[in-house]
Amino acid sequence: MKVLVAIKRVIDYAVPVRVRPDKAGVEALLPKLSMNPFCEIALEEAVRLKERGVAAEVVAVSVGPPHFQDTLRTALAMGADRAVHVPLTAEVVALQAAAAAGGGEGGAGAGGAAAAASSESPLQPLGVARVLAALAGREGAGLVLLGKQAIDDDCNQTGQMLAGLLGWPQATFASKLELELGGKGSGGGAAAAAAAARVTREVDGGLEVLSLPLPAVVTADLRLNTPRFVTLPAMMRAKKRPIESAPLESLGLSPADVAPALALLRVEEPPARAAGTRVGGVEELVRRLREEARVL
Amino acid sequence: MRYDVLVVGAGPAGLSAAIRLKTSSQAAGKDISVCVIEKGAEVGSHILSGNVLETKALDELIPEWKDDPDCPIKVKVTSDSFRVLASPTWSLPLPTPPTMHNKGKNYVVSLSEVTRWLAKRAEALGVEIYSGFAGKNLLYNWDGVVEGVATNDFGIAKSGHHKSNFAPGVDLRARVTLLAEGCRGSLSEEVISRFGLRQAAGAQHQTYALGIKEVWQVPEAQHKPGTVVHTVGYPASHGTYGGGFIYHMADQRVALGYVIGLDYDNPLINTFQEFQRWKQHPVVRKHIEGGTCLQYGARTLNEGGLQSIPKLSFPGGALVGCSAGFLNVPKIKGTHTAMMSGLAAGEAAFRQLTSDKAPAKGPVDMSTYEEALKRSWVWEELTAVRNIRPGFRAGLIPGLLHAAVDAYILRGKEPWTLRHGRPDHEHLKPLSAAPAPPAYPKPDGVVSFDLNTSLYRSGTNHDHDQPSHLKIKDGGAFERSNLPHYGGPETRYCPAGVYEYRPDQHGRQKLHVNAQNCLHCKACDIKDPGRNIKWTVPEGGQGPSYTAM
Repeated sequence: MKVLVAIKRVIDYAVPVRVRPDKAGVEALLPKLSMNPFCEIALEEAVRLKERGVAAEVVAVSVGPPHFQDTLRTALAMGADRAVHVPLTAEVVALQAAAAAGGGEGGAGAGGAAAAASSESPLQPLGVARVLAALAGREGAGLVLLGKQAIDDDCNQTGQMLAGLLGWPQATFASKLELELGGKGSGGGAAAAAAAARVTREVDGGLEVLSLPLPAVVTADLRLNTPRFVTLPAMMRAKKRPIESAPLESLGLSPADVAPALALLRVEEPPARAAGTRVGGVEELVRRLREEARVL
Repeated sequence: MRYDVLVVGAGPAGLSAAIRLKTSSQAAGKDISVCVIEKGAEVGSHILSGNVLETKALDELIPEWKDDPDCPIKVKVTSDSFRVLASPTWSLPLPTPPTMHNKGKNYVVSLSEVTRWLAKRAEALGVEIYSGFAGKNLLYNWDGVVEGVATNDFGIAKSGHHKSNFAPGVDLRARVTLLAEGCRGSLSEEVISRFGLRQAAGAQHQTYALGIKEVWQVPEAQHKPGTVVHTVGYPASHGTYGGGFIYHMADQRVALGYVIGLDYDNPLINTFQEFQRWKQHPVVRKHIEGGTCLQYGARTLNEGGLQSIPKLSFPGGALVGCSAGFLNVPKIKGTHTAMMSGLAAGEAAFRQLTSDKAPAKGPVDMSTYEEALKRSWVWEELTAVRNIRPGFRAGLIPGLLHAAVDAYILRGKEPWTLRHGRPDHEHLKPLSAAPAPPAYPKPDGVVSFDLNTSLYRSGTNHDHDQPSHLKIKDGGAFERSNLPHYGGPETRYCPAGVYEYRPDQHGRQKLHVNAQNCLHCKACDIKDPGRNIKWTVPEGGQGPSYTAM
């Protein structure tokens, strides 16, 4: 069974960020980038499946600008068998859209070009999900693992949208993943059809256990596993391995499919919290809650 | 894993050595494998420097550097000024000393950016650079010759047991090991002591200073790229060697910092607060007021000059860059000499490895590197300025007068060489003999800040669940001696707030080491009066994340 893992490169989790002076977005004070922590956890789970003999191949895929290839190299060093990079930047989308519009395409192409010409990051969940759906089809993946959300936009949508586009079952916020391979399916390639996944999800009320037939989409939550460190020998080997570049056309997609549909209008800092005050005792607390905060 | 040459540290010295090895060997049609390991998460993460760069060494290393569009060395110095801050509010200008004439010649750069660019060029030449891996131990063969370095283990819990993701370190063996760890490198100190490199050269001990620096983004109106300002005087008292710098970089950024000699004697000096005080002086604050502080960091630097340079080669390798100590103190420049030493070491290693007389395998003799360096402009330059810093032992005014005489009249040709006083850690006076505590104002949130806010801006981060990398040799010494006799100086000289005393359940003060705050500056390794703190490498890939420092 082939496992596809989607990886995103984001601002490192430990880096301080601030709202940009023009309120058009958020910027990092230190431009240090690394693999999204939840994607790392998803990749670790995929590699463990391979080590247990459940998965035959782990393919890491990243949709984004050229520098995302650095993270794909880390993915190879962590144990992925192959890495695929789908180039996607605002310029790429605009160029391809302009070419398509120049060829006399209709409103969808021109509209896509207009949105892409803005300074939006072209990486929005729906567009990325479409790319991943095309890749999952091309690779014949039996399981797609993603992080539950990226820590730069906190969308928490890509996995769910991907499942919808593919028409596959989904289990999100997974904290435990077990695969039950039936093996009674007809013939080698259809073995995945006989298998099921048993996923424990962390939901607001507690833990929920789902059984879903494969192929399926699973998104990883924090407690699924602790990712391994990349060892120096693994990094050395990974540096020499090729990373496949799969442009949009090769997947049968056009810029209109991945053009951003949402525009970020404004980012503001939350209002500064007023300092707390110490109260003398319970009577004063109750009095102030009643008279000043008016919550009692 | 075997290489011909292993370089520990991807700073300017280490990368210069790697680049030179590859250019020389490729020109000769030979193949020499070069591996560089770097403890920071990326190249440049742990590099901190002023920096006004003299490109003498770069001109020789990469003659065509100006033609490279990616090269971040672009802003030429447009003005030099030198001021004595006579009080917290006023100052007077002094003529710029001859060693500080940068205008029109040198460049204002971010050394993090320069090393990142050097790393790209090195990789294009085939150098293998692995960041996120620290050199933990030296490897020795049966004859006591250095054979390489073992990298750190990952995934050891604070208790010492292996976590689920434990990954052991790796032995990297090489015929030549070049230690380019920067000032007070942990492996460098080990070889210096083990092979008696200071005694072998008849050198004195090394002396140090601590530099604390910030990079700000300032409004366009007050930004003049290429402006270079140096200050002496306030807030340093007469007996303390201290000074500040303000450099205007590209992209509306200003780098500024304060350097304090670690031979100060007042145990109540708080290095971080000295920096904050300095920033509030009108001469300084006008550069940054209204701007945003982007990054903060700190690092020690060498002040020993020529007198403290140890023997540079040891069985199996050599010391390059600040690990040996080539900083020109009056110029406050060490990058050009570090790069030249790396270049010389790379060239010497190449010649030794490819010479007909070289053995087919095993270590080679690196003493030709030292001979070459002694014949070069590096030695000439350091000899000329060797007496200036020791002259400040007598105080600021005598030091300045002596420096003027030495720089303008004697020009270093005097037959005597002044010696350094006692090592830095022996200078602290006990509390009973300490002068009055300095008056440190509260942070104003505009140009001065508290320690935690500043630390956040360094991006420093360490996994909490790992053994502390700051090894305390005598556990009780802090409560027994440091706290009662010196007032806990470690709580004051550490620019990251690593050391603090908290009362335990019996009300007794106990030392707490917040190792995760560490900026890898090495001040504690140098200044602790009892010499009880040994700085060792934590797990690789952690520590500060400097990008524009």
